[in-house]
Amino acid sequence: MRIVVPVKQVAVVDEDFELVDDGSGVDPDFLEWSLNEWDDFSLEAALQLSGEDGEVVVMTVGDEEATEGLLTCLAKGADRGVRIWDDALAGADALAVARILAPAVRREQPDLVLCGVQSSDAVNSATGIALAGLLNLPHVAVVRAISAENGGLVVERELEGGLVEVVRIELPALLTVQTGINEPRYANLRAIKQAREKPLEVLGSGLSPEQVASAGGARLRKLAEPEAGEGAEMLQGSPAEVAARIREIVAERLSG
Amino acid sequence: VSGVLVVAEARRGELRDVTFELIGAARGLGSVSVAVIDHDPSRYRDRLAVDGVDSVLAVTTPQEHFEPHIAQRGLEALIEQEQPSVVLLGHTIDSLGFAPAVAVRGEHGFASDVTRVSSDGGDLVVVRSAYGGKLEAELDFPGRDTVLLLLRAGTFEPAAAGGGSPEWCEVTVELGEPHSEHVDFREVATGDVDITKADFLLSVGRGIEDKDNLEQFEELAERMGAILSVSRPLVDAGWVSNARQVGQSGKTVKPKVYLALGISGAVQHLAGMKNADTIIAVNSDPEAPIFNVAHYGVVADLFDIAGQLEQQSG
Repeated sequence: MRIVVPVKQVAVVDEDFELVDDGSGVDPDFLEWSLNEWDDFSLEAALQLSGEDGEVVVMTVGDEEATEGLLTCLAKGADRGVRIWDDALAGADALAVARILAPAVRREQPDLVLCGVQSSDAVNSATGIALAGLLNLPHVAVVRAISAENGGLVVERELEGGLVEVVRIELPALLTVQTGINEPRYANLRAIKQAREKPLEVLGSGLSPEQVASAGGARLRKLAEPEAGEGAEMLQGSPAEVAARIREIVAERLSG
Repeated sequence: VSGVLVVAEARRGELRDVTFELIGAARGLGSVSVAVIDHDPSRYRDRLAVDGVDSVLAVTTPQEHFEPHIAQRGLEALIEQEQPSVVLLGHTIDSLGFAPAVAVRGEHGFASDVTRVSSDGGDLVVVRSAYGGKLEAELDFPGRDTVLLLLRAGTFEPAAAGGGSPEWCEVTVELGEPHSEHVDFREVATGDVDITKADFLLSVGRGIEDKDNLEQFEELAERMGAILSVSRPLVDAGWVSNARQVGQSGKTVKPKVYLALGISGAVQHLAGMKNADTIIAVNSDPEAPIFNVAHYGVVADLFDIAGQLEQQSG
Protein backbone atom coordinates (compact mmCIF):
# COMPACT_ATOMS: atom_id res chain seq x y z
CA MET A 1 0.00 0.00 0.00
CA ARG A 2 1.26 3.51 -0.76
CA ILE A 3 0.46 5.83 2.11
CA VAL A 4 0.96 9.58 2.16
CA VAL A 5 1.41 11.13 5.61
CA PRO A 6 1.14 14.94 5.72
CA VAL A 7 2.99 16.22 8.80
CA LYS A 8 3.66 19.59 10.43
CA GLN A 9 6.57 21.11 12.26
CA VAL A 10 4.84 22.93 15.13
CA ALA A 11 5.86 25.93 17.17
CA VAL A 12 6.15 25.70 20.94
CA VAL A 13 6.03 29.06 22.67
CA ASP A 14 8.53 29.81 25.45
CA GLU A 15 7.19 30.81 28.85
CA ASP A 16 8.17 34.49 28.55
CA PHE A 17 7.42 35.16 24.91
CA GLU A 18 6.90 38.46 23.13
CA LEU A 19 4.77 39.33 20.10
CA VAL A 20 6.17 41.11 17.05
CA ASP A 21 5.29 44.80 17.01
CA ASP A 22 2.19 44.63 14.81
CA GLY A 23 0.69 41.76 16.83
CA SER A 24 0.61 39.45 13.82
CA GLY A 25 2.69 36.72 15.42
CA VAL A 26 5.06 35.59 18.14
CA ASP A 27 8.62 36.89 17.93
CA PRO A 28 10.46 33.90 16.35
CA ASP A 29 13.20 34.20 19.00
CA PHE A 30 10.68 32.77 21.50
CA LEU A 31 9.63 29.76 19.43
CA GLU A 32 10.97 26.24 19.45
CA TRP A 33 10.08 23.75 16.75
CA SER A 34 9.20 20.07 16.88
CA LEU A 35 7.19 17.50 14.96
CA ASN A 36 3.48 17.66 15.81
CA GLU A 37 2.57 15.06 18.45
CA TRP A 38 -0.38 13.70 16.40
CA ASP A 39 1.94 13.07 13.45
CA ASP A 40 4.01 10.59 15.46
CA PHE A 41 0.87 8.46 15.62
CA SER A 42 -0.23 8.88 11.98
CA LEU A 43 3.28 8.00 10.79
CA GLU A 44 3.41 4.94 13.04
CA ALA A 45 0.02 3.80 11.73
CA ALA A 46 1.30 4.22 8.15
CA LEU A 47 4.50 2.27 8.84
CA GLN A 48 2.44 -0.58 10.32
CA LEU A 49 -0.16 -0.64 7.54
CA SER A 50 1.97 -0.13 4.42
CA GLY A 51 3.36 -3.68 4.34
CA GLU A 52 6.67 -4.91 2.97
CA ASP A 53 6.09 -3.83 -0.63
CA GLY A 54 4.45 -0.61 0.45
CA GLU A 55 5.74 2.91 0.49
CA VAL A 56 5.29 5.69 3.03
CA VAL A 57 5.71 9.25 1.73
CA VAL A 58 5.85 12.08 4.28
CA MET A 59 4.88 15.52 3.10
CA THR A 60 4.90 18.95 4.68
CA VAL A 61 4.24 22.58 3.89
CA GLY A 62 6.95 24.45 5.71
CA ASP A 63 10.18 26.40 5.58
CA GLU A 64 13.68 25.09 6.31
CA GLU A 65 12.69 24.45 9.97
CA ALA A 66 10.35 21.71 8.73
CA THR A 67 13.20 19.67 7.19
CA GLU A 68 14.09 18.47 10.68
CA GLY A 69 10.61 17.00 11.15
CA LEU A 70 10.75 15.20 7.80
CA LEU A 71 14.16 13.76 8.66
CA THR A 72 12.73 12.43 11.93
CA CYS A 73 10.01 10.66 9.92
CA LEU A 74 12.54 9.27 7.43
CA ALA A 75 14.68 8.01 10.32
CA LYS A 76 11.67 6.17 11.72
CA GLY A 77 11.13 4.37 8.44
CA ALA A 78 9.31 6.59 5.93
CA ASP A 79 10.68 6.01 2.41
CA ARG A 80 10.56 9.50 0.90
CA GLY A 81 9.93 13.08 1.91
CA VAL A 82 8.37 16.03 0.08
CA ARG A 83 8.61 19.58 1.39
CA ILE A 84 6.61 22.36 -0.26
CA TRP A 85 7.64 25.92 0.36
CA ASP A 86 8.16 29.38 -1.01
CA ASP A 87 7.98 32.70 0.77
CA ALA A 88 4.41 33.35 -0.42
CA LEU A 89 3.27 30.54 1.91
CA ALA A 90 4.13 32.32 5.17
CA GLY A 91 0.93 32.59 7.18
CA ALA A 92 -0.99 29.96 5.18
CA ASP A 93 -3.86 28.62 7.33
CA ALA A 94 -5.32 25.11 7.43
CA LEU A 95 -7.48 25.43 4.32
CA ALA A 96 -4.64 27.05 2.37
CA VAL A 97 -2.29 24.24 3.41
CA ALA A 98 -4.86 21.69 2.24
CA ARG A 99 -5.02 23.43 -1.17
CA ILE A 100 -1.23 23.47 -1.44
CA LEU A 101 -0.96 19.79 -0.46
CA ALA A 102 -3.74 18.59 -2.76
CA PRO A 103 -1.85 18.46 -6.11
CA ALA A 104 1.25 16.95 -4.50
CA VAL A 105 -0.80 14.24 -2.78
CA ARG A 106 -2.78 13.53 -5.97
CA ARG A 107 0.48 13.06 -7.89
CA GLU A 108 1.39 10.19 -5.54
CA GLN A 109 -1.89 8.33 -6.25
CA PRO A 110 -1.95 6.99 -2.69
CA ASP A 111 -4.11 4.13 -1.44
CA LEU A 112 -4.39 5.90 1.89
CA VAL A 113 -3.68 9.34 3.34
CA LEU A 114 -3.14 9.53 7.10
CA CYS A 115 -3.17 12.94 8.79
CA GLY A 116 -3.03 13.88 12.45
CA VAL A 117 -6.36 14.99 13.94
CA GLN A 118 -4.90 18.41 14.70
CA SER A 119 -1.68 20.31 15.20
CA SER A 120 -0.72 21.27 18.74
CA ASP A 121 -0.03 24.91 17.88
CA ALA A 122 -2.93 25.99 15.65
CA VAL A 123 -5.47 23.34 16.69
CA ASN A 124 -7.70 23.90 13.66
CA SER A 125 -8.45 20.19 13.20
CA ALA A 126 -9.26 21.05 9.60
CA THR A 127 -6.36 20.35 7.22
CA GLY A 128 -6.95 16.62 6.76
CA ILE A 129 -10.67 16.72 6.09
CA ALA A 130 -10.29 19.78 3.84
CA LEU A 131 -7.70 17.81 1.86
CA ALA A 132 -10.12 14.88 1.59
CA GLY A 133 -12.78 17.28 0.29
CA LEU A 134 -10.45 18.60 -2.41
CA LEU A 135 -9.35 15.10 -3.44
CA ASN A 136 -12.86 13.64 -3.24
CA LEU A 137 -11.57 10.91 -0.96
CA PRO A 138 -13.81 8.97 1.43
CA HIS A 139 -12.79 10.10 4.91
CA VAL A 140 -13.18 9.49 8.62
CA ALA A 141 -12.06 12.00 11.25
CA VAL A 142 -10.62 11.27 14.72
CA VAL A 143 -9.74 7.61 14.31
CA ARG A 144 -8.51 5.57 17.30
CA ALA A 145 -8.08 2.13 15.66
CA ILE A 146 -7.51 0.89 12.10
CA SER A 147 -7.59 -2.62 10.69
CA ALA A 148 -7.36 -3.77 7.08
CA GLU A 149 -10.25 -6.04 6.09
CA ASN A 150 -11.35 -7.38 2.69
CA GLY A 151 -9.53 -4.74 0.71
CA GLY A 152 -11.01 -1.92 2.77
CA LEU A 153 -10.57 -0.63 6.31
CA VAL A 154 -12.54 -1.02 9.49
CA VAL A 155 -11.84 1.93 11.77
CA GLU A 156 -12.99 3.19 15.14
CA ARG A 157 -14.12 6.80 15.24
CA GLU A 158 -13.66 8.40 18.66
CA LEU A 159 -16.79 10.29 19.71
CA GLU A 160 -17.44 12.44 22.77
CA GLY A 161 -18.00 10.96 26.22
CA GLY A 162 -16.27 7.61 25.81
CA LEU A 163 -18.35 6.46 22.85
CA VAL A 164 -16.78 4.89 19.76
CA GLU A 165 -18.32 4.26 16.34
CA VAL A 166 -17.03 1.38 14.24
CA VAL A 167 -17.09 2.29 10.54
CA ARG A 168 -16.19 0.46 7.33
CA ILE A 169 -14.59 2.44 4.50
CA GLU A 170 -13.23 1.54 1.05
CA LEU A 171 -9.83 2.56 -0.31
CA PRO A 172 -8.49 4.96 -1.39
CA ALA A 173 -9.40 7.00 1.69
CA LEU A 174 -8.17 9.64 4.11
CA LEU A 175 -8.23 9.28 7.88
CA THR A 176 -7.29 11.72 10.63
CA VAL A 177 -5.53 9.83 13.41
CA GLN A 178 -5.93 10.41 17.14
CA THR A 179 -3.18 10.13 19.77
CA GLY A 180 -2.98 6.82 21.62
CA ILE A 181 -3.88 4.73 18.55
CA ASN A 182 -0.47 2.99 18.70
CA GLU A 183 2.92 3.21 20.35
CA PRO A 184 5.10 5.39 18.10
CA ARG A 185 8.62 4.05 17.55
CA TYR A 186 11.80 5.94 18.21
CA ALA A 187 14.55 6.25 15.62
CA ASN A 188 17.95 4.87 16.54
CA LEU A 189 21.15 6.84 15.95
CA ARG A 190 22.14 4.87 12.87
CA ALA A 191 18.74 5.45 11.28
CA ILE A 192 18.99 9.16 12.03
CA LYS A 193 22.30 9.30 10.12
CA GLN A 194 20.90 7.24 7.24
CA ALA A 195 17.79 9.44 6.96
CA ARG A 196 19.84 12.06 5.12
CA GLU A 197 20.49 9.53 2.34
CA LYS A 198 16.76 9.10 1.63
CA PRO A 199 15.05 11.13 -1.13
CA LEU A 200 13.75 14.50 0.07
CA GLU A 201 12.17 16.58 -2.66
CA VAL A 202 11.60 20.32 -2.26
CA LEU A 203 8.80 21.86 -4.32
CA GLY A 204 7.51 25.41 -4.70
CA SER A 205 3.83 26.29 -4.66
CA GLY A 206 3.96 28.74 -7.57
CA LEU A 207 1.34 30.84 -5.77
CA SER A 208 1.38 34.56 -5.05
CA PRO A 209 0.78 35.84 -1.48
CA GLU A 210 -2.66 37.07 -2.66
CA GLN A 211 -3.55 33.61 -3.96
CA VAL A 212 -2.46 32.06 -0.67
CA ALA A 213 -4.57 34.56 1.29
CA SER A 214 -7.67 33.79 -0.77
CA ALA A 215 -7.00 30.04 -0.48
CA GLY A 216 -7.31 30.29 3.31
CA GLY A 217 -10.38 30.42 5.51
CA ALA A 218 -9.79 33.63 7.44
CA ARG A 219 -7.56 36.66 7.87
CA LEU A 220 -5.61 37.10 11.08
CA ARG A 221 -6.29 40.59 12.46
CA LYS A 222 -4.16 40.23 15.54
CA LEU A 223 -2.88 37.98 18.29
CA ALA A 224 -3.30 38.97 21.91
CA GLU A 225 -2.94 37.41 25.33
CA PRO A 226 -6.27 36.13 26.62
CA GLU A 227 -7.99 38.37 29.14
CA ALA A 228 -7.43 36.84 32.51
CA GLY A 229 -10.67 35.70 34.08
CA GLU A 230 -11.22 36.08 37.81
CA GLY A 231 -8.18 33.90 38.10
CA ALA A 232 -7.18 31.40 40.69
CA GLU A 233 -6.22 32.43 44.20
CA MET A 234 -2.55 31.45 44.23
CA LEU A 235 -1.45 29.63 47.37
CA GLN A 236 2.00 30.68 48.54
CA GLY A 237 4.43 29.17 51.00
CA SER A 238 6.53 26.09 51.55
CA PRO A 239 5.27 22.75 50.19
CA ALA A 240 4.26 21.82 53.75
CA GLU A 241 2.25 25.03 54.17
CA VAL A 242 0.62 24.73 50.77
CA ALA A 243 -0.28 21.09 51.37
CA ALA A 244 -1.83 21.98 54.71
CA ARG A 245 -3.91 24.71 53.07
CA ILE A 246 -5.04 22.31 50.30
CA ARG A 247 -6.14 19.81 52.96
CA GLU A 248 -8.11 22.56 54.74
CA ILE A 249 -9.86 23.62 51.54
CA VAL A 250 -10.70 20.01 50.65
CA ALA A 251 -12.11 19.29 54.12
CA GLU A 252 -14.16 22.49 54.10
CA ARG A 253 -15.61 21.92 50.63
CA LEU A 254 -16.42 18.26 51.18
CA SER A 255 -18.31 19.02 54.38
CA GLY A 256 -20.22 21.89 52.71
CA VAL B 1 -24.60 39.61 8.61
CA SER B 2 -28.03 38.61 7.34
CA GLY B 3 -29.01 34.95 7.32
CA VAL B 4 -27.56 32.52 9.85
CA LEU B 5 -27.81 28.79 9.19
CA VAL B 6 -27.39 26.61 12.29
CA VAL B 7 -26.51 22.95 11.67
CA ALA B 8 -28.25 20.83 14.31
CA GLU B 9 -26.30 17.87 15.67
CA ALA B 10 -27.92 14.64 16.78
CA ARG B 11 -26.59 11.24 17.77
CA ARG B 12 -28.56 8.02 18.11
CA GLY B 13 -31.84 9.88 17.78
CA GLU B 14 -31.12 12.61 20.35
CA LEU B 15 -30.28 16.25 19.67
CA ARG B 16 -26.97 17.16 21.29
CA ASP B 17 -26.81 20.13 23.70
CA VAL B 18 -24.45 22.05 21.43
CA THR B 19 -27.35 22.55 18.98
CA PHE B 20 -29.07 24.90 21.43
CA GLU B 21 -25.81 26.74 22.13
CA LEU B 22 -25.48 27.36 18.38
CA ILE B 23 -29.05 28.70 18.23
CA GLY B 24 -28.29 30.92 21.24
CA ALA B 25 -25.24 32.34 19.47
CA ALA B 26 -27.10 32.70 16.14
CA ARG B 27 -29.99 34.76 17.51
CA GLY B 28 -27.68 37.70 18.14
CA LEU B 29 -26.39 37.70 14.57
CA GLY B 30 -29.35 37.71 12.19
CA SER B 31 -32.38 35.72 11.05
CA VAL B 32 -31.97 32.08 12.04
CA SER B 33 -32.64 28.90 10.08
CA VAL B 34 -31.81 25.48 11.52
CA ALA B 35 -30.66 22.66 9.23
CA VAL B 36 -31.41 19.09 10.28
CA ILE B 37 -29.66 16.49 8.14
CA ASP B 38 -30.92 13.23 9.60
CA HIS B 39 -32.63 9.93 8.90
CA ASP B 40 -35.84 11.19 10.54
CA PRO B 41 -35.74 14.98 11.06
CA SER B 42 -39.35 15.20 12.25
CA ARG B 43 -38.47 13.54 15.57
CA TYR B 44 -36.69 16.77 16.59
CA ARG B 45 -39.48 19.08 15.46
CA ASP B 46 -40.89 19.99 18.89
CA ARG B 47 -37.56 20.70 20.55
CA LEU B 48 -36.30 22.74 17.59
CA ALA B 49 -39.34 25.01 17.70
CA VAL B 50 -37.16 27.52 19.54
CA ASP B 51 -38.12 31.14 20.04
CA GLY B 52 -36.21 33.22 17.49
CA VAL B 53 -35.81 30.46 14.90
CA ASP B 54 -37.52 31.42 11.64
CA SER B 55 -37.39 28.12 9.83
CA VAL B 56 -36.20 24.54 10.12
CA LEU B 57 -34.79 22.98 6.95
CA ALA B 58 -35.19 19.21 7.09
CA VAL B 59 -33.06 16.99 4.85
CA THR B 60 -33.85 13.28 5.11
CA THR B 61 -30.86 10.96 4.74
CA PRO B 62 -30.93 7.33 3.53
CA GLN B 63 -28.71 5.97 6.32
CA GLU B 64 -29.62 5.96 10.00
CA HIS B 65 -26.48 7.47 11.55
CA PHE B 66 -24.25 10.45 10.80
CA GLU B 67 -22.09 9.93 7.70
CA PRO B 68 -19.60 12.64 6.76
CA HIS B 69 -20.05 12.56 3.00
CA ILE B 70 -23.85 12.69 3.21
CA ALA B 71 -23.60 15.53 5.75
CA GLN B 72 -21.23 17.35 3.40
CA ARG B 73 -23.53 17.01 0.39
CA GLY B 74 -26.55 18.04 2.46
CA LEU B 75 -24.90 21.16 3.82
CA GLU B 76 -23.45 22.12 0.42
CA ALA B 77 -26.93 21.98 -1.10
CA LEU B 78 -28.48 24.03 1.72
CA ILE B 79 -25.77 26.70 1.47
CA GLU B 80 -26.37 26.95 -2.27
CA GLN B 81 -30.11 27.27 -1.73
CA GLU B 82 -30.12 29.61 1.28
CA GLN B 83 -26.96 31.67 0.65
CA PRO B 84 -26.48 32.27 4.39
CA SER B 85 -23.80 34.76 5.45
CA VAL B 86 -22.89 32.62 8.46
CA VAL B 87 -23.15 28.87 9.04
CA LEU B 88 -22.75 27.75 12.65
CA LEU B 89 -21.72 24.22 13.63
CA GLY B 90 -20.38 22.76 16.86
CA HIS B 91 -16.65 22.18 17.15
CA THR B 92 -17.47 18.51 17.58
CA ILE B 93 -16.20 15.21 16.22
CA ASP B 94 -19.05 14.97 13.73
CA SER B 95 -18.57 18.51 12.39
CA LEU B 96 -14.81 18.03 12.13
CA GLY B 97 -15.59 15.11 9.82
CA PHE B 98 -17.16 17.26 7.08
CA ALA B 99 -17.25 21.03 7.72
CA PRO B 100 -13.65 21.71 6.60
CA ALA B 101 -14.42 19.89 3.32
CA VAL B 102 -17.53 22.02 2.75
CA ALA B 103 -15.57 25.21 3.48
CA VAL B 104 -12.64 24.48 1.18
CA ARG B 105 -14.77 23.17 -1.70
CA GLY B 106 -17.12 26.16 -1.54
CA GLU B 107 -14.29 28.66 -1.03
CA HIS B 108 -16.11 29.88 2.07
CA GLY B 109 -14.62 31.61 5.08
CA PHE B 110 -13.82 29.19 7.89
CA ALA B 111 -12.75 29.16 11.52
CA SER B 112 -12.87 26.32 14.04
CA ASP B 113 -12.94 26.15 17.85
CA VAL B 114 -14.37 29.68 17.95
CA THR B 115 -14.98 31.10 21.44
CA ARG B 116 -16.38 34.57 20.64
CA VAL B 117 -18.37 35.96 17.72
CA SER B 118 -19.04 39.65 17.17
CA SER B 119 -19.70 42.16 14.46
CA ASP B 120 -17.42 45.15 13.81
CA GLY B 121 -19.37 47.67 11.74
CA GLY B 122 -21.23 44.82 10.03
CA ASP B 123 -18.08 42.72 9.49
CA LEU B 124 -17.94 39.38 11.22
CA VAL B 125 -15.06 39.11 13.72
CA VAL B 126 -14.31 35.96 15.70
CA VAL B 127 -11.86 34.92 18.40
CA ARG B 128 -10.22 31.52 18.82
CA SER B 129 -7.26 30.39 20.85
CA ALA B 130 -3.78 30.06 19.35
CA TYR B 131 -0.49 28.47 20.34
CA GLY B 132 -2.16 25.90 22.57
CA GLY B 133 -4.20 28.44 24.53
CA LYS B 134 -1.39 30.84 25.36
CA LEU B 135 -2.72 33.43 22.92
CA GLU B 136 -5.98 34.43 21.29
CA ALA B 137 -6.29 35.12 17.57
CA GLU B 138 -8.81 37.61 16.22
CA LEU B 139 -9.95 36.68 12.70
CA ASP B 140 -12.10 38.25 10.01
CA PHE B 141 -13.26 37.15 6.57
CA PRO B 142 -12.93 39.93 3.98
CA GLY B 143 -14.65 39.22 0.67
CA ARG B 144 -16.44 36.02 1.81
CA ASP B 145 -20.18 35.75 1.16
CA THR B 146 -20.51 32.74 3.44
CA VAL B 147 -18.46 31.91 6.55
CA LEU B 148 -18.52 28.55 8.34
CA LEU B 149 -17.81 28.78 12.08
CA LEU B 150 -17.30 25.81 14.38
CA LEU B 151 -18.16 27.04 17.90
CA ARG B 152 -16.55 25.52 20.97
CA ALA B 153 -19.12 23.46 22.88
CA GLY B 154 -20.04 24.61 26.38
CA THR B 155 -19.05 28.23 25.68
CA PHE B 156 -22.14 29.96 24.29
CA GLU B 157 -25.35 30.51 26.27
CA PRO B 158 -27.88 27.89 25.10
CA ALA B 159 -31.37 28.78 23.88
CA ALA B 160 -34.21 26.99 25.66
CA ALA B 161 -35.83 24.18 23.67
CA GLY B 162 -39.35 24.86 22.33
CA GLY B 163 -41.23 28.16 22.75
CA GLY B 164 -41.30 29.22 19.10
CA SER B 165 -43.11 28.33 15.89
CA PRO B 166 -40.63 28.22 13.01
CA GLU B 167 -41.72 27.27 9.53
CA TRP B 168 -40.98 23.58 8.81
CA CYS B 169 -39.48 23.04 5.35
CA GLU B 170 -38.73 19.62 3.88
CA VAL B 171 -35.82 20.03 1.46
CA THR B 172 -35.10 17.40 -1.16
CA VAL B 173 -31.40 17.11 -1.95
CA GLU B 174 -29.46 14.80 -4.26
CA LEU B 175 -27.21 13.31 -1.56
CA GLY B 176 -25.41 10.60 -3.52
CA GLU B 177 -24.05 7.52 -1.83
CA PRO B 178 -22.48 7.38 1.64
CA HIS B 179 -18.70 6.88 1.57
CA SER B 180 -18.54 4.93 4.79
CA GLU B 181 -20.74 2.37 6.45
CA HIS B 182 -21.81 2.26 10.10
CA VAL B 183 -21.02 -1.04 11.82
CA ASP B 184 -21.58 -0.46 15.51
CA PHE B 185 -21.41 1.85 18.50
CA ARG B 186 -19.31 0.83 21.48
CA GLU B 187 -18.74 2.28 24.97
CA VAL B 188 -15.05 2.28 25.84
CA ALA B 189 -15.12 4.27 29.07
CA THR B 190 -16.84 1.66 31.19
CA GLY B 191 -14.98 -0.05 33.99
CA ASP B 192 -14.81 -0.82 37.68
CA VAL B 193 -15.09 2.82 38.69
CA ASP B 194 -17.54 5.64 37.92
CA ILE B 195 -15.63 8.89 38.33
CA THR B 196 -18.75 10.94 37.55
CA LYS B 197 -20.20 9.93 40.93
CA ALA B 198 -17.19 10.99 43.04
CA ASP B 199 -17.33 14.02 45.37
CA PHE B 200 -13.57 14.32 45.39
CA LEU B 201 -11.34 13.57 42.41
CA LEU B 202 -7.58 13.59 42.58
CA SER B 203 -6.57 13.92 38.97
CA VAL B 204 -3.10 13.44 37.52
CA GLY B 205 -1.63 14.13 34.10
CA ARG B 206 1.54 14.17 32.06
CA GLY B 207 3.34 15.83 34.99
CA ILE B 208 3.73 12.51 36.82
CA GLU B 209 6.23 11.66 34.08
CA ASP B 210 6.57 7.91 34.54
CA LYS B 211 4.26 4.93 34.89
CA ASP B 212 6.16 3.84 37.98
CA ASN B 213 4.99 7.00 39.73
CA LEU B 214 1.33 6.17 39.24
CA GLU B 215 1.15 3.92 42.29
CA GLN B 216 2.18 6.79 44.55
CA PHE B 217 -0.83 8.80 43.41
CA GLU B 218 -3.22 5.87 43.71
CA GLU B 219 -2.11 5.59 47.33
CA LEU B 220 -2.36 9.33 47.88
CA ALA B 221 -5.90 9.37 46.50
CA GLU B 222 -6.87 6.56 48.83
CA ARG B 223 -5.34 8.28 51.85
CA MET B 224 -7.12 11.53 51.08
CA GLY B 225 -10.44 9.81 50.42
CA ALA B 226 -10.42 10.72 46.73
CA ILE B 227 -11.00 8.74 43.55
CA LEU B 228 -8.13 8.83 41.06
CA SER B 229 -8.85 10.27 37.64
CA VAL B 230 -6.48 11.20 34.82
CA SER B 231 -6.02 13.35 31.73
CA ARG B 232 -5.77 11.88 28.24
CA PRO B 233 -2.00 11.33 27.86
CA LEU B 234 -2.03 8.69 30.61
CA VAL B 235 -4.78 6.76 28.83
CA ASP B 236 -3.02 7.15 25.46
CA ALA B 237 0.13 5.70 27.01
CA GLY B 238 -1.86 2.72 28.22
CA TRP B 239 -1.14 3.34 31.91
CA VAL B 240 -4.75 3.84 32.99
CA SER B 241 -8.10 2.64 31.59
CA ASN B 242 -10.49 4.92 29.68
CA ALA B 243 -12.93 4.71 32.58
CA ARG B 244 -10.81 7.16 34.60
CA GLN B 245 -10.31 9.72 31.82
CA VAL B 246 -11.68 13.23 32.34
CA GLY B 247 -12.30 15.32 29.23
CA GLN B 248 -14.16 15.62 25.97
CA SER B 249 -13.46 12.06 24.86
CA GLY B 250 -13.69 10.73 28.41
CA LYS B 251 -16.06 11.66 31.20
CA THR B 252 -17.52 15.02 32.15
CA VAL B 253 -17.28 15.36 35.92
CA LYS B 254 -18.67 17.82 38.46
CA PRO B 255 -17.25 16.81 41.85
CA LYS B 256 -17.25 19.02 44.94
CA VAL B 257 -13.46 19.11 44.76
CA TYR B 258 -11.17 18.51 41.75
CA LEU B 259 -7.50 18.44 42.72
CA ALA B 260 -5.40 18.50 39.54
CA LEU B 261 -1.74 17.57 39.86
CA GLY B 262 0.48 18.11 36.82
CA ILE B 263 -2.37 18.73 34.35
CA SER B 264 -1.70 21.72 32.08
CA GLY B 265 -5.33 22.04 31.01
CA ALA B 266 -5.80 21.38 27.30
CA VAL B 267 -9.18 22.59 26.00
CA GLN B 268 -10.46 19.02 25.74
CA HIS B 269 -9.59 18.38 29.39
CA LEU B 270 -11.13 21.63 30.65
CA ALA B 271 -14.37 20.75 28.83
CA GLY B 272 -14.68 17.75 31.13
CA MET B 273 -14.06 19.42 34.52
CA LYS B 274 -14.49 23.19 34.41
CA ASN B 275 -17.84 22.98 36.20
CA ALA B 276 -16.45 21.28 39.30
CA ASP B 277 -17.49 23.19 42.45
CA THR B 278 -13.91 23.78 43.59
CA ILE B 279 -10.83 23.29 41.44
CA ILE B 280 -7.35 23.22 42.95
CA ALA B 281 -4.50 23.04 40.46
CA VAL B 282 -0.82 22.31 41.07
CA ASN B 283 1.50 22.89 38.11
CA SER B 284 5.10 23.96 37.65
CA ASP B 285 4.21 26.20 34.66
CA PRO B 286 2.70 29.50 35.89
CA GLU B 287 1.18 29.97 32.41
CA ALA B 288 -0.64 26.62 32.41
CA PRO B 289 -4.21 27.14 31.10
CA ILE B 290 -5.63 25.13 34.02
CA PHE B 291 -5.06 28.19 36.25
CA ASN B 292 -7.68 30.04 34.18
CA VAL B 293 -10.43 27.75 35.47
CA ALA B 294 -8.97 26.87 38.88
CA HIS B 295 -10.23 28.49 42.09
CA TYR B 296 -6.94 27.81 43.86
CA GLY B 297 -3.58 27.51 42.16
CA VAL B 298 -0.14 26.41 43.25
CA VAL B 299 2.97 26.92 41.12
CA ALA B 300 5.23 24.17 42.37
CA ASP B 301 6.70 20.78 41.63
CA LEU B 302 3.82 18.38 42.03
CA PHE B 303 5.99 15.76 43.72
CA ASP B 304 6.89 18.22 46.52
CA ILE B 305 3.22 18.94 47.16
CA ALA B 306 2.14 15.31 46.78
CA GLY B 307 4.84 14.22 49.25
CA GLN B 308 3.58 16.68 51.84
CA LEU B 309 -0.06 15.77 51.26
CA GLU B 310 0.85 12.15 51.81
CA GLN B 311 2.73 12.83 55.06
CA GLN B 312 0.01 15.05 56.43
CA SER B 313 -2.76 12.62 55.49
CA GLY B 314 -1.10 10.13 57.86
